[in-house]
Amino acid sequence: MSGHGIRLSRRRFLQVLAGGAGALVVGIRVADAADAPLPPAMLGDNLYDLGAYVRIDASGSVLIGARDPDTGSGVATALPRIIADELDADWNRVGVVALGLGVENDNGKPRWTYGHQVGGVGGSIPAAWNDLRQIGAVARWLLLQAAARRLGVPASRLRCEAGTVIAPDGRRFGYGSLAADAGKIALPSSVPPLKNAAAYRLIGQSAGDVDARAIVTGTALYAIDHYYGDALVAVLTHCPWPDGTLARIDTTDTLAVKGVLKVVQLKPEPGQPLGSTVIAPAVAVLAENTWAALQGRAKLQLEWKPGASSGENSATLEQQATTLLAGDALPTSRVRNDGDVDAAGKKAARRLDATYVQPWLAHATAEPMNCLVRLDKDRASLVVPTQAPQKAWAVVQRLTGLAPDRIDIRVPRVGGGYGRRLDHDYVAEAVLLAKAVNKPVRLLWTRGEDFGHDYYRAGSVHRISAIVDRKRQLLAWHQRMASASALARRGTPDERLWTSELQADQLPAALVPNYRSDWYALESAQPRGPMRGMPHLSNAFAVESFIDELAHQMREDPLKTRLRILGEPRALPLSSGGTLDTGRLVNVLKLVADRIEWKNWLRTINGLGIACWHVDGAYVAHAIEAAMQGEQLTIQRVVCAVDVGRVINPLGLQGLVAGATLDALSIALNAAITVKDGQVQQHSYKDYPLASMAQLPNDVEVITVPGDRAPVGASFLAMPTAAPALANAVFRASAVRVRRLPLMKELLRLL
Amino acid sequence: MARVQAQVLSTAQESGVVAEKIRDGIDLEVNGERFRHTGDPQMPLLWYLRDVLRLTGTKYGGEAGENGADLVLVDGKAVSAITQPLAKLAGKAVTTVEGLAANDGSLHPLQQAFIDEDAIGCGYCTPGWLIAGVDLLRRKPQPDDGDIDQLPNLCRCGCQTRVRRAIKRAAAGKVARA
Repeated sequence: MSGHGIRLSRRRFLQVLAGGAGALVVGIRVADAADAPLPPAMLGDNLYDLGAYVRIDASGSVLIGARDPDTGSGVATALPRIIADELDADWNRVGVVALGLGVENDNGKPRWTYGHQVGGVGGSIPAAWNDLRQIGAVARWLLLQAAARRLGVPASRLRCEAGTVIAPDGRRFGYGSLAADAGKIALPSSVPPLKNAAAYRLIGQSAGDVDARAIVTGTALYAIDHYYGDALVAVLTHCPWPDGTLARIDTTDTLAVKGVLKVVQLKPEPGQPLGSTVIAPAVAVLAENTWAALQGRAKLQLEWKPGASSGENSATLEQQATTLLAGDALPTSRVRNDGDVDAAGKKAARRLDATYVQPWLAHATAEPMNCLVRLDKDRASLVVPTQAPQKAWAVVQRLTGLAPDRIDIRVPRVGGGYGRRLDHDYVAEAVLLAKAVNKPVRLLWTRGEDFGHDYYRAGSVHRISAIVDRKRQLLAWHQRMASASALARRGTPDERLWTSELQADQLPAALVPNYRSDWYALESAQPRGPMRGMPHLSNAFAVESFIDELAHQMREDPLKTRLRILGEPRALPLSSGGTLDTGRLVNVLKLVADRIEWKNWLRTINGLGIACWHVDGAYVAHAIEAAMQGEQLTIQRVVCAVDVGRVINPLGLQGLVAGATLDALSIALNAAITVKDGQVQQHSYKDYPLASMAQLPNDVEVITVPGDRAPVGASFLAMPTAAPALANAVFRASAVRVRRLPLMKELLRLL
Repeated sequence: MARVQAQVLSTAQESGVVAEKIRDGIDLEVNGERFRHTGDPQMPLLWYLRDVLRLTGTKYGGEAGENGADLVLVDGKAVSAITQPLAKLAGKAVTTVEGLAANDGSLHPLQQAFIDEDAIGCGYCTPGWLIAGVDLLRRKPQPDDGDIDQLPNLCRCGCQTRVRRAIKRAAAGKVARA
């Protein structure tokens, strides 16, 4: 034990935790805990309670903890590589372990050991860039000091390379041989200088997924694959109406099924925000195994009574939106108002209006909602497939009243998140059930529950009007959008409900002298929540389709129109505090145009479509080539260029960009959630068809722009522009303008 | 497990203790090992694999196996494990993703090709893709794009283009090491 640690923030210190069994363990401790005896887990002998970021043992093996849940975003690979590079570790000797939730008790309040612990929303890499490199730098510094003492030469004359310290005379010392000594050295008073980019060995180089071998051999364990010996399996049936009630229940047949032990009713707790309590009234069947539970559920005799929402229909909701946007009603929120849109309208050379309609969407995670929970007298132990373990903790704490550090949440690799797992209704259900039966519970949502009871992405209607002058300059832009906010019933003040639905800075804001953006609130009883790519997905489709329509009306190449709107390379201040670098946006646009041979835009029989967007300092463009033969749409080529600043793992980024592109195309082609008489109509993949292999392109050509700016998250970056680029390509191929998604249904209707 | 029970029986006779009779059941082979299921014959293979044998590589996808995450090979052919009651599987040989690698741990070429192409998103549905791909390569060792298009699997992470490359790589024998 050594030193007082290096201050990372007011409360968090970087420390050498222990030298258990000759290992060097560098991790995070919080201020008040510094004098407390070190719990055995912190020695690093129990991998799942690593309590640390880096552990180097005497054999030279390096174990690095990954703090953010990996939902398929690749952070379990990228984050440890950021640490490993600064450490100059040999990647072949690095193992990675998911850290799970880090929480300590701060006088009854939680204190988060690892800081940032959210996955799949684009924040992992930027946060890691800010603080995780320091962990590697400190560990490397300690190893250098240990080698310097052993050799009697100054540390400045030593260098590190792939897990070894190299002396001026060429002698090499493996990190393993230095680990025990390094653990006894006092920390420097501040973080040693970080590497400059020229010295990066792992950052910027490609690495495959660290879990790949476990995944292809079927040995990677997801939350759904975890068992406690005596846990009961719980399956649920939720009320088809979120505000309905249970009128009658007969459990006789259910309880007669061999292996079924109990039937328990669940209800949303009044006053709790959406996402932290049960999503809808439900009946749970608890049994010794999944098959018994499912059979028991099939034999339940239930009568649900509809609530006030039973009159809700998708068509009516859309009609309300259209009426709102067509009339003179004041918007719920005026999101942005630059210049004078009304005055500009009077000198119109050309005016264009168009309306875009987009459906409700479900998350459709591959791994359905599930949760394993064991409640002991003074401890809760959970395995949770979550994107946000700290939020899961809050739900467990509220329901159990346990001290913060008595709640143990493990987060193995997660089978898809897309925003669904930022909510923790399923954790509340599992805890409530475990309390009710006084036994550990393994909750499993069946697919029908997953589709039918989601925090959906609400549908939207966009109405856009634009004014262009005689020189084809965009004079004015007025966007009106109506949707049911994802933030409703979540404790967000009314005047901020628009923030989940659109951004004040989205294109073409800041590029048009007269720009107005209005949002109109719709009401719906169906739960809504965060969704991957939101709010960019719906807005980019409307805006980037509309710019194409504008180009068409002006009889101009839509790439040219976009380049004119973007103008000279310059940095424009955004209301969010960041900047829009038009040069970088133009660059990605030109990259995809060149790659797809945009010069053939006018001549090719196939249609070429293009779109671009910016998301929190990252830039993306898609170019798509589509062919129409009768009613058959074939996506021939897809090119995507992204600029995220420095690229940590090029292979991972390419996979993420290709994946997000295919996801966005899949959703745009087919997906829609509809409500009839207050009930969601989709209950399986058959009703909510993700695109088949045949519908998707054979390849996605990904161009990543090299850069040296601090990296920006790319989790969903490639989603927003895929659908508009496709719709624009379809227009060129078929002369049919699709203003309503899902695209295939609308295209076939219009053909 | 039939074999183990037989051993228990002989030991019990020697010691003079009345042994439990060997129970009737459904005999099947999973990844080369023989098992006897003595429970509900209607239990779907998926829950038998996961809950009883704790072979969790085969994933739950949906009530009818619609997304392909629960594909296994039964006598070499890909089928959705949730649609197969054990009653149908007497005497059959089941291969799950855990059984694709050789006994010495060397990977099936398609497994290695998935690693080489990083054909993995969240990885949850990857076992299903592998089984479908192995089935395809068995039927058609040199599949073309049209053959690969027929794979039934669904994936929101968008790993399809990388899976396509991995299948072609395996077919071409270009995996990193066997």
